[in-house]
This record gives sequence, structure tokens and C-alpha cells, in this order.
Amino acid sequence: MNAPNKSGWKPSMEVADATGESPTTTGNRALMLEEPLIFEIGHAEISGVDLPEIAPGAPTRLGGLDRSEPVGLVGLTEPETVRHYTRLSRQNYGIDLGFFPLGSCTMKHNPRLNEKVARMPGFADIHPLAPQNSVQGALQVVHELGEWLTKLTGMPAVAMSPKAGAHGELCGILAIRAAHEARGDAREVVLVPESAHGTNPATAAFAGYRVEDIPATPEGRVDLAKIKERLGPDVAAVMITNPNTCGLFERDFRAIADAVHEAGGYVYCDGANFNAIVGRVRPGDLGVDAMHINLHKTFSTPHGGGGPGSGPVVLSEALAPFAPLPFVRKDEETGLYELVEEEAREATRGNTFGRMTAFHGQMGMFTRALTYMLSHGADGLKQVAEDAVLNANYILRSMEDVLHAPFADSGPCMHEALFGDKGFGGDLSTLDLAKGLIDEGYHPMTVYFPLVVHGAMLVEPTETESKATMDEFITAFRSLVERARAGDESLKQAPYFAPRRRLDETAAARKPKLAWKEPEG
Amino acid sequence: MRYLPLTDTDRKDMLATIGASSIDDLFVDVPAVAQLDGPIRDLPMHASEMAVERHMKARAAKNLAAGDAPFFLGAGAYRHHVPATVDTVIQRGEFLTAYTPYQPEIAQGTLQMLFEFQSQVARIYGCSVANASLYDGSTACWEAVAMATRVTKRSRAVLSGALHPHYTQVVKTMAQFTGDTIADAQPTIQAEPDLDGLSARIDEDTACVVVQYPDILGRISDLSAVADAAHAKGALLVVVNTEPVALGAIKSPGEMGADIVVGEGQSIGVGLQFGGPYLGLFAVRDPKHVRQMPGRLCGETIDAEGKRGFVLTLSTREQHIRREKATSNICTNSGLCALAFTVHMTLLGEKGLRELAAENHRLACLAADRLEQVPGVTLLNTAFFNEFTLMLEGKPARDIVRDLADRGVLGGVSLGRLYPGVEALEHALLVAVTETTTEEDIETLAREIEASAKELAQ
Repeated sequence: MNAPNKSGWKPSMEVADATGESPTTTGNRALMLEEPLIFEIGHAEISGVDLPEIAPGAPTRLGGLDRSEPVGLVGLTEPETVRHYTRLSRQNYGIDLGFFPLGSCTMKHNPRLNEKVARMPGFADIHPLAPQNSVQGALQVVHELGEWLTKLTGMPAVAMSPKAGAHGELCGILAIRAAHEARGDAREVVLVPESAHGTNPATAAFAGYRVEDIPATPEGRVDLAKIKERLGPDVAAVMITNPNTCGLFERDFRAIADAVHEAGGYVYCDGANFNAIVGRVRPGDLGVDAMHINLHKTFSTPHGGGGPGSGPVVLSEALAPFAPLPFVRKDEETGLYELVEEEAREATRGNTFGRMTAFHGQMGMFTRALTYMLSHGADGLKQVAEDAVLNANYILRSMEDVLHAPFADSGPCMHEALFGDKGFGGDLSTLDLAKGLIDEGYHPMTVYFPLVVHGAMLVEPTETESKATMDEFITAFRSLVERARAGDESLKQAPYFAPRRRLDETAAARKPKLAWKEPEG
Repeated sequence: MRYLPLTDTDRKDMLATIGASSIDDLFVDVPAVAQLDGPIRDLPMHASEMAVERHMKARAAKNLAAGDAPFFLGAGAYRHHVPATVDTVIQRGEFLTAYTPYQPEIAQGTLQMLFEFQSQVARIYGCSVANASLYDGSTACWEAVAMATRVTKRSRAVLSGALHPHYTQVVKTMAQFTGDTIADAQPTIQAEPDLDGLSARIDEDTACVVVQYPDILGRISDLSAVADAAHAKGALLVVVNTEPVALGAIKSPGEMGADIVVGEGQSIGVGLQFGGPYLGLFAVRDPKHVRQMPGRLCGETIDAEGKRGFVLTLSTREQHIRREKATSNICTNSGLCALAFTVHMTLLGEKGLRELAAENHRLACLAADRLEQVPGVTLLNTAFFNEFTLMLEGKPARDIVRDLADRGVLGGVSLGRLYPGVEALEHALLVAVTETTTEEDIETLAREIEASAKELAQ
């Protein structure tokens, strides 16, 4: 575990003694620097922005509500600010740093051209309510991205305004509900696989549906026979992820879609795993009625430490009339782009379920995603899917002899490989292995999801990884698996070398400290 | 292809390891009928960085950037000067390309930043706890209504007529599906909002009353009486703020008795961005409400060596644990925008925020005075922060705004754009002024409104 690298250096295990005493006076360890909170180093009288001083006694027209109490903030000058955040940044793992095989998240490289384009003042410095004749280029970008999405998915329409994947799921489900209500056929139930991402049942429940589980077959796929058994006049929709959260393509998708349509329901497809099939398969050809696309997954917009995302939703002919407001349309005669905001207009096709957000969508993500699509083109995107699938299968076949891969025998995986903790010795868990991976210099894979496999580990390499990177990862992963199978207790205290050891999450939840409080006395 | 590291040799070797003869073997589960026989036909092939940049630049060039014209638009999105340091920080790969901090040992950068962010938002809003951000102000407003219905176990929400119409529409859209009753209204053209009228609409079935502060017409009023009226009936007061800079000059909503405070943080650090991504802020005054909050929460703890650290906490509220019983279906927050906000707010600090607010208000007062001198223009507001409503005689304000744009002036947002077809609001123009507005801009606006009104009258 402590093998020296080629130069002979090896990290010391003596990072702290039992009392937690540090080997240095500052608590720093060379380039790994401890950093206090802004409230501990800043001051109310300091500012990093030069603004005119407040003229004493200047008249105000604030309705007598002038703020008399301090806000309670502190400030730092520019050099202090840069240093504070630079130090914090160095305590973070990111794609720029290394392999980030987080299943279901598609942690691919974030191209820097995207960042440059998003910052062009013509995109970044325009107001959403600007007169439309002054922002035609921006409206064109929204429309153009929408066209790429409809062509890539083989669907006739797209709603661009949802702010994130889960928001997109909501859009799709609300369109389905609106469609049923419009024909006087309100239904109560949505079927969701047990392996689904938590947002699926949460979304369906929010929309007022009762959620029922669909079991999986032993091959890890949705059970077509069970769905057919359950379909009826009370089932509004089926929500399926394809490829599914076990990393497998739902072979029966078309048959499922046909059965659902025959029973008067609609098919919602969770497009989180689109990276496996983009440019090679069109969900529209499989009978999808609504599918959200995570621009921050398949189309490389940055994860930013948790957001922002963007979740446009492609829609079938049946659901298109119910798309939310506002949307961009192009007048083919004049060539002008228009943001349609008003319900009464014929252009809304009469039946929109309403507005989901202020303004009209995540423009900053649109410019980035369109730049990505233009860079790759139809041929590049097809290569993306193929390399993503190739990489995942390479890892699957390189690990299956030592690590339990529940579906490895039923055929290839798609863009992610699923493993379980069967065979781990002692009381070692997937969590312990994941923490061991941290010490090896990796962000762990997704753990404990999907729920259908015990101690699940979902590995999604993406296409932007070299073979050398994957080989290194496989070596480290295999060695950790060996330790887990051998019941190596030292893994229970991992990670040893990260900026922090394991954190007490129980204490955090029991006595929540969610904001800074000045220390007493 | 510049983003794909695998070589053809790699691909061959890997297929051999896998035991497949071609990549098609790995797609064997996809029905043949659904597999395309080549790249999708009506899309272009790949392009160089240079070509793509050129393509996108051409689109950008067709837009009139706010910095290239006298600019007075507000109505829920404001143009402020963002210090260069903010972009430097958010461009660091360790922040930009990081994921949600589910592995806290290697995400203390994101987590500590979120804790600082939460603390700043709570203080600005006069609340005890803020979350780690939501998508934007409008969805945060809906989440507040949803939370109020959970807390009070009631299903009616009373919305002030002077709440941003997009926010009202979002709440009404969502309520269609939850079955909550939304009692909304439209703004009335009055110097001060009718808060007594609003209070009178609160009854025993009301979960919350939602008021915007400053409101859609830029008016500011003391909300303490509305808070009392709501509490007397067992309802919560939700206050919506779309311009956080205002809170550097006026009392916080928490001070006035708000139970839930939500808003749009875009003004600080984020920029206009044509409407998104923006930054939803959400805070509660009383810590007892914390477990009903939507969205992520970052909390302080210690690690195995006793060192202070931060983690996402109280996750049992969220979708990945609770699934259909979650407080919301939300997964993503607006992380990078939260970082931009917190860096900008750290640079400002207490002193800077106060000064920024004072400067905004000073220039807004100057603008209001100058614009009132234009024939046919009347200032509606008694009180305002950096945005106010002008009543324009003659042609509808929407026509004047379009005409101004043709003259190269981005002269504000007409209420006709926000409330199409509502005659009573047709002549109202919202004008926003910030520290980026110059006295020259104000003079230009005054002159051009006068010229436009004359010309359209002929």
C-alpha cells in the first residue's frame, strides 16, 4: 500500500499521533494549507472593492426603512480574498485533477472553449427582458441548441427552460399530466423501477401521482411482463432510465413503450445516461414521449461543485402542445427569432401547462453545450458514445475476476460498469474501499446506488480518459479489492492522506451548525 | 479529435482485452432497428476550436450588450459591476470541475465555501439558517410556499399583487399539480402598496402570505404589520427579495418578522447571462423550521483527528434518501453561482455592501429627479431603492421601450411586457439604476424618452 514511486519517495504514515497533534506549528503540511473561515480573518471595516464613501446625512427615500443594524458581514482585500479561495480550492478534487469515475454523473472533461464563449459580452452581458430585436443572436443560440437536441434524439419538439435534470423531469411529468387532463382522462399512478434515481419518484410524487415500483429481472433490466400486467387505465406513465442505472441497455424498451401507449399512458425517459448512445441511437425511435437531457452530463457543461445544471426536455408530438412557457420560435418567413411568453398566442398551440421558472432558461449552459456540440459534430458525438462504452467495458472485464459484477455474464455493459461488495472480508464495506481509493488519488465511484445491488459501486469512466489512466486506475482498484476481500482493517480508517480524515456526519446531523456564530465571551 | 484521448491502437487493444471483435459487439443490446448506420445526417461534422469560436462570435455580435448602451433594465435581474477576482476564482479547475461534495474529505474547498455562503445569506436576510442555494428566485419562491403548506398543514397561499409576475406564474403552475389554492392579484398603480388590503386577504386556511421587498414596482414598505396579521391567523410570512444589494441599505426581512425569506442572488457575482444560470436563495428565521427546508445544507463537524470540517447534512430531507417522501425533487443546486456570490460578497464585506447600496440609491434618486422633469413623465413611488416606476403619458411604455432600443438605449422594462394586455399597467415603465449607471446615461435616457414620446405622438 505504501509502495514508493519511481523516485523512491514514499508518503509517511505518521501523519498525526493519537492526540491529533500536528508535526508542524501552523498545522500546515507544505502545500496542504489549513484555512480559517472568512469570519475568522475578515473585518467589517475592510473591503476589497473601492466605492465612494457614504456622504454623511445624505437624504434617502427608503420609506423610513433605512437599515440601522449591521448586516454582520466581514470583508477581505483582494490579495486576501485570492489567497483564501486559492487555498480552499486546493482542498478539492476535480476532473481537471484526475480520473473521476462517478457513475451516473458523466464527469467528462469540461472544454475551455466553452468557458471562453460563455463569457463573450454578447452572451454574458444581456438582460433576459431586453427588447427582442436587440438580442436576436442569443435567441438564435437557444433555437439552434434546441435543433441539435431534437435531431440527436429524433424528437419533434423541445422545452428549453428547465433549470436542471430534476426540473426537466418535472417538466416532462407535468406535460404528461396536462395531456391526460386535456382529454378528461386524469390518472393516478406512475410506475418507476426500483433502480431509478431518487429524483424520479420524488418528481412523480410531487406531481400528485402515487408511485409504484417495477421490479427488475435477474438480468438487471425492467420486467416487461410485470409492466404489462400492471398497466391499466389508472397508469399515467412509466419512467425509465435508458441505458438504466445498472449500466445496461433496456432491450425491451420499444415493447414497453408500445404497451404503455396501447394502455393510454406515456413514456418518460430519464436521459441521464444519454452519453452511452448519443449520436448512435435516437430515443425518439424507441417510443419516448418525454426525455430530459442533462447538459451538465452528456454535453460537458461544468458541474461547478454541485451546479448549476440545465435540463431541456425533448417532447413527442402528443406532448409538444403542453410544453411550458416561454419558448423560442423562428419565423421562417422573416428569419427572426421570437421568445413566446404569452399564453393567449396561437403560437403556444393553446395548451401549455404554464411557466416553470422566471425568464427562459440557463443561457450560460446553452452557449457552452452548443459550443461542445459544434466542436464534436455528429461524427464526434458518435465517437463519444463509442469510446465511453468501450472504456466502461474495459474496466468491467479487467475487474470481473476479482470483484463481483452482478450482470457481467448477461452481456456487455454500456457507459458504466456496476459492481457489488460480495466477497468482502471481515466487516469491510464499499464505503471503506471508496475511502481507500481517495488515498490512491482518485475520487471514488458512485457508491450505494443503484439500490438493487448490495454495496453497489457504479464506475463511469467517460470517453475523455486515456487507456493509461484507466490502466493505472485498474491497478489501484484491484489492489484495494484484494485488501477488502482480505478483510484489511486499516481501510476502516481511510482516508489517511486527504485534507481531512473521515468526518463525523452523525454529529453534524444531530446538532446542526449551519451558519457562523461569533464565539461567546 | 482534441477531446478524445483513445488512439486506434488503444481501441484495438481494449477490444481484444474485452473479447469483442468490434465496437458494434458492445451495442448488441440495442435493437438493430434503433441503431443508426452512420453519423446523424442533418447535423454538421466536427469542427476546429477556431471555427467554432468564429461561429459563436457571429451570434454574439448580433446582440446589444448592456455595457455598450445606456442600460436601465431590472425587473428581477440587475446589472452590477463584478470584480475581476470573482471570475479568477470560479475559473479555478478545482471549483469549476468539482462535483457535489458527497466525499467530504476531498471536497472541503466546496464545503467550507458553502458554509461561508450560507452564513452570509442568513445575515443579509436577517435569518438564522440559509441553504446552499436553489436554481433561482422564482423556484425558491415556490419552494417557500410548498414548505409553508407542510409546516402549517394548510393549502392556501396568498400572493401580493406586487410579486414579480414570473414568480406568481411559477407558483400557480406548480400549485395546479399539488392542489394548493393560490390567491394571487395584480399590482395597482399606487405610490404605496396596499398592505392592509393584503392582510385582509389572510384567513384561517392560509399557509402563507408572499410579499416582495422591494416589490415589482420598486416600492418599499414596512412589512411588520403583515407579519403580525399572518401570525395572528397562524400563517407564515414569506418575503421575496430580487435585489440583495438593497439589503445593504434597508431593514432585513427577518427583522420585520418574515418566517421564510427567499430571493434571487444574481446581482452579486453572477451577471445578467440572459436569464440563467441564476442563484436561488432560501433562508428561515426560526431554526426549528430547518428540517422542513428544501435543498442542500452544509454543516460544521469534526474529523477523526478532531479537526474542524464541513459536510452536507440533514440529507434525509432530500430525494436521494427519501425518494417520493422527499421535501422536494431537487438534486442540483447553483454551486458555481453560489461561489461567485460568496467571493463577491467577501470582497465587498460589510463596509462595501453598505457603500454599494448607498451609491445605487444615490444614483437612482438622481435619475428619478431628472426623469420627472421630462414632460409627460411622472414618478409613481414614494419610496424606492434602485428601481422605480415611471408613468408615461401617450403611447404605451412597451412601444417606447422598443423605440428606445432602436435608438441604442436600453431604457427599462415596460409593465406591458410583464403583464401583456392589462390596460391599467400599459403606461408604466420600470427603470433600474445601479453603480454602473453614469450621469451621462441618465441624461441620455431623459432626452431619448422625450424624443421618443414626441415622435410616437406624431
